[in-house]
Amino acid sequence: MSKKNGESPYERLKRKAAEILPQNIYQDLIDKVEASGLSEEGKQRVIEEAIRQYLHAQVQPGEAVGTVAAQSIGEPGTQMTLRTFHFTGIVEFDVTLGLPRLIEIVDAKREPSTPLTYIYLKEPWRSDEAKAREVARKIEYTTMEKIIEDIDYQLGDRVITIVLDKERLEDKGVTVDQVVKALKKEKIGEVLSIEEGEYKGKPVIFIDVEVSEKLLPEESLLMPQSFHSVNEKIKKIYLKGIKGIKRISVREEEEGSGKFMLLAEGNNLEEILRLQEVDYRRTRSNNIHEIARVLGIEAARNALIDEIMNVLKEAGLDVDIRHVMIVADIMTWSGAIRQIGRLGVAGEKPSVLARAAFEVTVKQLYEAAVTGELERFLGVTENIIAGLPPRVGTGAVLLRMGKPARNG
Amino acid sequence: MASKRGLGKKVLEHELVPEHRLLTIEEAIDVLRRLGAQPWHLPRISVNDPVARVLGAKPGDIIEIKRRSHTGGEALYYRIVVAYQKGVK
Repeated sequence: MSKKNGESPYERLKRKAAEILPQNIYQDLIDKVEASGLSEEGKQRVIEEAIRQYLHAQVQPGEAVGTVAAQSIGEPGTQMTLRTFHFTGIVEFDVTLGLPRLIEIVDAKREPSTPLTYIYLKEPWRSDEAKAREVARKIEYTTMEKIIEDIDYQLGDRVITIVLDKERLEDKGVTVDQVVKALKKEKIGEVLSIEEGEYKGKPVIFIDVEVSEKLLPEESLLMPQSFHSVNEKIKKIYLKGIKGIKRISVREEEEGSGKFMLLAEGNNLEEILRLQEVDYRRTRSNNIHEIARVLGIEAARNALIDEIMNVLKEAGLDVDIRHVMIVADIMTWSGAIRQIGRLGVAGEKPSVLARAAFEVTVKQLYEAAVTGELERFLGVTENIIAGLPPRVGTGAVLLRMGKPARNG
Repeated sequence: MASKRGLGKKVLEHELVPEHRLLTIEEAIDVLRRLGAQPWHLPRISVNDPVARVLGAKPGDIIEIKRRSHTGGEALYYRIVVAYQKGVK
């Protein structure tokens, strides 16, 4: 009886365990049991006990997991700080953390209040700070405004002088050539001369431009506001970079690792992932909607879990990840991101009373009355309002009196 | 800047994206029978979801997702493909 088709009872038990237990628990268990030096029988008993404990710990059918998740996140949430800003070892950037960030995630706000993009690089850019900095310069959205020191003009004179700060030019990695090309492309006018010089004690480059007649008609030559609008136009000229990426900093992935990554203020995941220098497998942003749009709903679910867990961990709260996973699953259930709230999950409940209990009570009741909605008392909230046992846990089972049993 | 088209297959390699697989009709029926569910009971994924587009899914298809579970190795999840949804590009 001990050997059936060449399999020992221990092996049979192992197979049974593999079927029941999740992979990583199974692997952990087997590794430890094999290394323990227990007798065959001892090993069997440990595995049997593990299976028993696992089944015991599983959620029972009918368990109100959603309510438990809400409580388990809500209670620690009351201990979170209301303070918006917090530094997380990043000197240059503010990162919204704590309760405001949690609310932002759960409300599925279109734009995070501090949009960030974590850009990981491929080799060789990854292990070379100078090269990483080059990529950063390439990505940072740069307009003329960032390198212009001043624009000089005189009423009645078509020729204006653009003063470029040489230091900033170098810092942003823009060449004078690029500037001239951009001026030409935007049809500002003819570049007359380029000269180096000094302006307010700074080394600068003067560019004289004869503004085209189209931008500055003859009759408006004496009006300051027309010059002003030309200035504004010049300042807005796009030089390079990716739209939406405002500031960017180079940092080490982990301190002392010698591997560099970029941290960018602003979101534009799609364009960033297209760059050949960027590791498109790891680069991510903190904008859930953007992730759903670019990488799909499952990626958004993972990002939701990561973001919420990160906020909770940062606040020093120990919330089981399973509760967060339920929240993320509910938020992504429909294939798009839904907020937990009046405009999302809570607002789409089929029960009138449940919706009315959440927010804008009168409006909900009024509209339900107009459309003649039916209350079926299937959810938790409406049953509690009505004083009925909710259909969860033991309440999920309905008992009905049958015919009296014969003979007593 | 670059073309307006999506990122294509690159999407599938991202660490946030679990493995997606389009089920054949036979497999889909089998899954529904096993779960004792009707198609509309399943969570949804939009046809214009980047991953669904790469797989060439059509509304009514079922996609099997092999999630790297945070608590227990791998877990299978199913989503049914639904028509275009607002908010997803």
